[in-house]
Amino acid sequence: MSSHDVMPDMGLYQPVTVEDAAGIARQFSTRGWLVGGGQDTYGWLKDRAKRPEVLIDLKGIESMRGIRETADGIEIGALVTLTELTTNSLITGRYSLLAEAAGRVASPQIRNVGTIAGNVAQDVRCWYYRRGLNCYRAGGNLCYADTPEGMNREHALFNASRCVAVTASDTGPALVALEAQMVIHNGSSERVVSAENFFVGPNIDITHTTVLRPGEILTAVRIPAKWANAEFYFEKVADRNVWDFALVSISAAMRVNNGVIEESRLVAGAVEATPRRLDRIEQAIRGKARNQQTADEVAALAIQGARPLNFNHFKMPLLENLVNRAVRGHA
Amino acid sequence: MNPKLTRRRFIKGVIASGAAAASTSLWYSVSGQNRPAGSVERLLSINVNGQVRRVDVSPQETLAHTLRYKLGLTGTKLGCNRGECGSCTVLADDVNIYACSTLTHEVKNKAVLTVEGLRAADGTLHPVQAAFIEELSPQCGFCTSGQIMSAVALLNTNPRPTREEARQALSGNLCRCGAYDHYLNGVMRASGQLS
Ligand code: FES
Ligand code: FES
Repeated sequence: MSSHDVMPDMGLYQPVTVEDAAGIARQFSTRGWLVGGGQDTYGWLKDRAKRPEVLIDLKGIESMRGIRETADGIEIGALVTLTELTTNSLITGRYSLLAEAAGRVASPQIRNVGTIAGNVAQDVRCWYYRRGLNCYRAGGNLCYADTPEGMNREHALFNASRCVAVTASDTGPALVALEAQMVIHNGSSERVVSAENFFVGPNIDITHTTVLRPGEILTAVRIPAKWANAEFYFEKVADRNVWDFALVSISAAMRVNNGVIEESRLVAGAVEATPRRLDRIEQAIRGKARNQQTADEVAALAIQGARPLNFNHFKMPLLENLVNRAVRGHA
Repeated sequence: MNPKLTRRRFIKGVIASGAAAASTSLWYSVSGQNRPAGSVERLLSINVNGQVRRVDVSPQETLAHTLRYKLGLTGTKLGCNRGECGSCTVLADDVNIYACSTLTHEVKNKAVLTVEGLRAADGTLHPVQAAFIEELSPQCGFCTSGQIMSAVALLNTNPRPTREEARQALSGNLCRCGAYDHYLNGVMRASGQLS
């Protein structure tokens, strides 16, 4: 398949209300494509690997902008850019975990237009799938990455089910750690889904990475006050410091009292199709001192149940080391 | 090489002769057919370098395409056309973005600034341009306009950046010649921190 360098002919809608946008999305269903910052979109289209007929540009919808305080925490409009997440004082002050994760996405220019909704709703980066091959995720019946010669260095350690791709999102794991709620609108009603349940793995739905369905729009992300000003740890390891997706990332939020961990949330990115909550670690460190000894005792739990592929064994010690650092609280 | 037919002259000639629309539709098959009703208006007034330009823009057209092939502003380069190199960097409302990965319709209400719009009315170069010349920042020059635009965006918000801040700010601009440190020298000079 050749790579095209220009956009295919398509229609473009620029609605200014959520209701209109959802109506257009419903009308075109799978032939329509929602666009926020577009940074995950245009590659698919230029490659002709996805062929929607119309783009629905959401950026004109004012109600999906801005970051505001609510009775229980904050609400982040879906169109808030990753750059805004790194500069907004509510985020950098109370939820610096999210600011740090957003600041490690892609490049400055991409963060300037890329939105929080796009970062969580973006598709997986498996190059076989991106190339337009008819793999499981594309609706076909084989996986090109999980073969003896398949290039799967970046792929999953856990819970692969036919498809072995991993989540590409850096903010997704941070939002799961912060117990965020995702607000989804279908034009007439709203439903709220926890960040943890927002992402879906291939065992549940192999052709989608989230619970979003045609006609539905992620309009906002709510973060409860529960984790405001907690102790946070974020680290992303990638081959390059800019542009690149995580090989493994770790997002952690902890409540520590007198050096003792009272409660925690640890979530790894890029080790399975969804952000991976490390609940065994969370349970093991509850009531323990936050120090190197605790970290050394528990870190190996992070890779229990891992099923590495041919070329991604290195992700096991990498995940273990990142968990170790997150638990002890420094790099 | 025949000086009368450089690539730039050819592109500008095509645009000047009014053949742009025809050749564009040939090369890029912007047929205008099969488009659902209710889609955006094609005729746009966009603010580029302080001037309002009337231009016929197809719905899926990228800003880099409009700038280069409709408006003749070839200072904005296309390297990868995939948001992976930075040579197409322009400013939209003072924010640096990749013009190859932005639809022109997305910026119709914004002020677009390209490298051609930087110099003053009397021809004086922008301090970043002057400093990049002084520091011999470019090598082949292909990435230069993108580097300039990212540096301008940085200095607009942070007039005296540290070298590390400048490195971060220019990190979305690849340089195939590896002239990174020369560009950083240029940013430090443009911000008055080198003499
Ligand atoms: S041409 Fe736009 S980023 Fe490379
Ligand atoms: S100067 Fe040649 S690519 Fe940067």
